[in-house]
Amino acid sequence: MKVLVTVKRVIDYNVKVRVNADQTDVDLKNVKMAVNPFCEIAVEQAVRLKEAGKASEIIVVSMGAKAAQEQLRTALAMGADRAIHIESDETLESLSVAKILAKIVAEEAPGLVLMGKQSIDTDNNQTGQMLAALTGLAQGTFVSGVEVGENEVQVVREIDGGLQTLALKLPAVLTVDLRLNEPRYASLPNIMKAKKKPLDVKTPADYGVEVKANTRLLKVTPPPERQAGIKVASVAELVDKLKNEAKVI
Amino acid sequence: MAILLIAEHDNSVLKPATLHALTAAQEIGGEIDILVVGVGCAAAADHASKVAGVRKVLLADNAVYDHEIAENVAALVVDVAAGYDHLIAPAVSNAKNFMPRVAALLDVGQISDVIKVESADTFQRPIYAGNAIATVQSLDTVKVLTIRATGFDAAPAEGGSAGIEVLGQVLDAGVSRLVSEEMAVSDRPELTSARVIISGGRGMGDKAHFDMLDKVADKLGAAVGATRAAVDAGFVPNDMQIGQTGKIVAPELYIGVGLSGAIQHLAGMKDSKVIVAINKDEDAPIFQVADYGLVADLFEAVPELEKAL
Repeated sequence: MKVLVTVKRVIDYNVKVRVNADQTDVDLKNVKMAVNPFCEIAVEQAVRLKEAGKASEIIVVSMGAKAAQEQLRTALAMGADRAIHIESDETLESLSVAKILAKIVAEEAPGLVLMGKQSIDTDNNQTGQMLAALTGLAQGTFVSGVEVGENEVQVVREIDGGLQTLALKLPAVLTVDLRLNEPRYASLPNIMKAKKKPLDVKTPADYGVEVKANTRLLKVTPPPERQAGIKVASVAELVDKLKNEAKVI
Repeated sequence: MAILLIAEHDNSVLKPATLHALTAAQEIGGEIDILVVGVGCAAAADHASKVAGVRKVLLADNAVYDHEIAENVAALVVDVAAGYDHLIAPAVSNAKNFMPRVAALLDVGQISDVIKVESADTFQRPIYAGNAIATVQSLDTVKVLTIRATGFDAAPAEGGSAGIEVLGQVLDAGVSRLVSEEMAVSDRPELTSARVIISGGRGMGDKAHFDMLDKVADKLGAAVGATRAAVDAGFVPNDMQIGQTGKIVAPELYIGVGLSGAIQHLAGMKDSKVIVAINKDEDAPIFQVADYGLVADLFEAVPELEKAL
């Protein structure tokens, strides 16, 4: 079974994000970029499935500016077999991305699609669900456990209040949560090997998808600052403040 | 204008998140209908019909909607969507699962985690784990929105008398099946609606030490939460996690114990009204957002706090 994995290029999660001066976006200049952490977990899961003999080939896809090829190379170094880059300088919103992915799914016919549950830039948490809806494939979101069987995949989902286990018909689209696994670091020999792995460059038009904006970003502003309060010297003082000043207990 | 609000409920009543989302719907303005979908959820529809400002309640009560399987619930919402300008739901795990499907099937985008309504088509939402706020205008004819509860007060749960329309559609995609569910059982309030939360981090050191927080929580009628570090260390189950990838909370009082205040965690609790931090490291970032900070060893301070309450 082929596994299709998606990766997104985002600001590295260690970077302190700042709004730019004209408040049109966050500052992306000279900022370290990386694979979205949830996507990295998806790649790791695909590699583990291949190591377990459950997956035959791992195809990794990314979309956006040319620089996204760096993240594809990272995924190839982790163990993906080949990459597809959908090059576009336009902003690709979730629905457009899902439409292009749906075409790739039709072409490649993967048994499983693995995606991050959300990207840590826009925090939308939409694309996997949209892809599942557009393709009619079964959907397993916020997944922290995956057991691939013959015709089904069992997934453990992190839901409000606990965990839910679903059996999904294959092929299926899964979006992965943080606790699914700990992604490996690519070794130097694998990084070198990844440079020679195939990477196809396509455009949305190649798949007959017209990129459409569903939203307009009007403004990006910093969140309201919260001021530090006071230090109290003792538990007694704390209780007194909470009772008599803040009046919350 | 007409708005369809898809309710989060527990079969007998609407969950508070629904009432917060209702306030957002009222700010958008227009006739508001509530859809209650599930199995054995007629009582929740009764509850919805008593909420003020609701035109009518739609009830879809069928085994195929058990556990709100995304494929089936989304198909139902799309089936009843005609005539509505806005489809909205609270940003809880059920709606996060099915709402983007609804949007895709209607060929529109979704605006996730709305925290402020500026107009019927323009909304604010956090991006980058709340480190920036985006103001976004929808260009779609139908607006699909999820509402972050902490951005809106809860609408009153009574004062209305809407009619209930029973829906007959049975839509079953037949691609997924529930195997099991393990829900945490607790007498305490739910994290997302608790008035007071006491939360522990890696500094708690061990699973057993969360007992100290439980005792304080019992005295305050509080919920108990945790950081991702505490969950990953295996101290507590994942449903207790507060933060960007866990639950987003905004209680009246938040007591953070033995937690440093990582950005990831702050994203989930910094809208709390009063924040208390108890940590032995006076440089911990949590003190920069705490209204009251106590630099102390939690193993002494927490039992003392329990006695003082």
